[in-house]
Amino acid sequence: MSLLLFLAQTVRIAIPYLFAAAGGALAERAGIVSLTLEGFMLGGAFGAVLGAHYAGSAWIGVVTGVSAGLALALVHALCTIRYKADHVVMGVAINLFTVGITRFFLQLAFGSSSNSPRVVGFGADGTAASTFGFLLNPLVWLGIIVMPALWWLVQKTTFGLRVRAVGEHPQAAASVGVPVSRVRYVAVLASGALAALGGVYLALDQHQFTDSMTAGRGFIALAAVIFGRWDPLRAGVACLLFAAAETLQIQLQAAQLIPSQFVAMIPYVLTIVAVAGVVGRSTPPAALGRTTD
Amino acid sequence: MRKLFGFIGALLAVHVALLFVHPSGAAAVPTGHALEVGVVFDLGGRGDKSFNDGAYIGAMRAAKELGARVRFVEPGEGSDREAGLRLLAAEGMDLVVGVGFIFTDDLTELAKEYPTVAFAGVDYAVTIGPDGNPVAPPKNLAALKFREEQGSFLVGALAALVGDSKKVGFVGGMDSPLIHKFEAGYRAGVKQVCADCTVIAQYAGVTPEAFRNPGRGKELALSQYQQGVNVIYHASGSTGLGVFEAARTLKKFGIGVDADQYKEAPGFVLSSMVKRVDNAVFDVIRRVNAKTFTGGIYSFGLAEDGVGYVYDEHNKALIPDAVRQRLEALKADIVAGRITVPATR
Repeated sequence: MSLLLFLAQTVRIAIPYLFAAAGGALAERAGIVSLTLEGFMLGGAFGAVLGAHYAGSAWIGVVTGVSAGLALALVHALCTIRYKADHVVMGVAINLFTVGITRFFLQLAFGSSSNSPRVVGFGADGTAASTFGFLLNPLVWLGIIVMPALWWLVQKTTFGLRVRAVGEHPQAAASVGVPVSRVRYVAVLASGALAALGGVYLALDQHQFTDSMTAGRGFIALAAVIFGRWDPLRAGVACLLFAAAETLQIQLQAAQLIPSQFVAMIPYVLTIVAVAGVVGRSTPPAALGRTTD
Repeated sequence: MRKLFGFIGALLAVHVALLFVHPSGAAAVPTGHALEVGVVFDLGGRGDKSFNDGAYIGAMRAAKELGARVRFVEPGEGSDREAGLRLLAAEGMDLVVGVGFIFTDDLTELAKEYPTVAFAGVDYAVTIGPDGNPVAPPKNLAALKFREEQGSFLVGALAALVGDSKKVGFVGGMDSPLIHKFEAGYRAGVKQVCADCTVIAQYAGVTPEAFRNPGRGKELALSQYQQGVNVIYHASGSTGLGVFEAARTLKKFGIGVDADQYKEAPGFVLSSMVKRVDNAVFDVIRRVNAKTFTGGIYSFGLAEDGVGYVYDEHNKALIPDAVRQRLEALKADIVAGRITVPATR
């Protein structure tokens, strides 16, 4: 029983990571650095609550949340692809901008700088009480299949091949007629939509938006992408691993066996280990973050 | 490149324009030469349903009852907190209040620079000197401290008396001495009324983000409730909203903190441990007005009505009369000094 509880909690914690890491993997494979995941998630969370509040429907919330992610991703794409701004600087800017703008509109729409009123979510009240009640949430299922689907997209389709090509060697891709910028635009926009879904899940599961509610999850997801060596399936496994570590921390903390600080370090330590090349060669896409073409 | 500059320039202009739209600013004030009070809010600003709103209520009460002219400054992210305090001090305010422990260092410095201005810091963190005694703040600086452990003690007793379980829960925000104080008082309160009860105490993290992580709060609370806990007290900022969400899904109870949080999950919030920031702020303005202000450490406990627990028409039905009487007796014991509540784990 407790194993089932452990698994259920791991999956619940992993869903936002899976969405955000899927977005991160896609954009980074196309050569655009995804420091923005945190901002996309937060924007998605706020958009979802706004839509769900005014329309009274969780599905409308999903649509508005994804739209918010798309809007932020468009800004990021314009600046990095068209105007060739530094990806890392843009990422930091988008994240800070999102924290500010969501708080501003939170104040404007709901008159609070702390949290929104309660909104609808998926699944009727009470059904979530059982261990597997969360499976009634369609976003959970979407989150579970997102990584395999992305793997198929990147490895098995023409579009995926183009994404990989522009991420490794944009000049070569351009020389055979691949529209480099267009592929990158699509990849970044899709990454915004995917990462926003992570925020949408968080907000609808919580039935409200609270200021800075993503609390660094976007960075954990980016760590999962790097730990998974930019491969969707491995990144997915990394997300589950990080979520399991978090669950372990929650379960162990009550017993006070080891200081919680150590368990909290697990994702970061694993990422350092991965980047240091201990688990195998970790090579980012060759053109990642390069603004010249 | 020029296009990029143009684009960034436009963004910047929009951003600056938005700054002016922000509804911060002066409150309605009576005219004439009156006491001038400046209040600088902590991050979150007005509408945080907690500290800042409490300070606002206290200052507005002073404006109404004492005729004080009050100005509010709402800093954004980062370093302009100090600038807000400095601005008010330089303008010759009679009293400058910083809301939140984050202002501690800035207040100490400015109090030395502007010896004629009175300063007050809500939750000012008093430093402990090498001899183990607290270092007194400057003469013109009042440290407004709350004895959270006393209020936590009472809600601890409440949780154990109403919980109908040998296990009671606690969810803290950032694992830090400030929050350990809440946990210590809570544990003592539980033990006072139920010697064989256990307290499951968990923290959401080790960074300040742990105060803003409702997702983590919900997972912590779900796992505690599933272990047989029926009541969880949280001291974790908006992370606690996740605790209430978990309480709502599993039909259990949460206990709020700082302000009355009943409205966050009606029917599932047993009570709240309130810090009367409004009383503390009003009190210090009153002292300045009456020219009886002196610097030093002001401690607001149960006796001063600085902390307490909520018992009103909303949660009356959840708390039996016998429990209420027991809590009042415990409160009287603490005020009279018959019970000493520990402030450290």
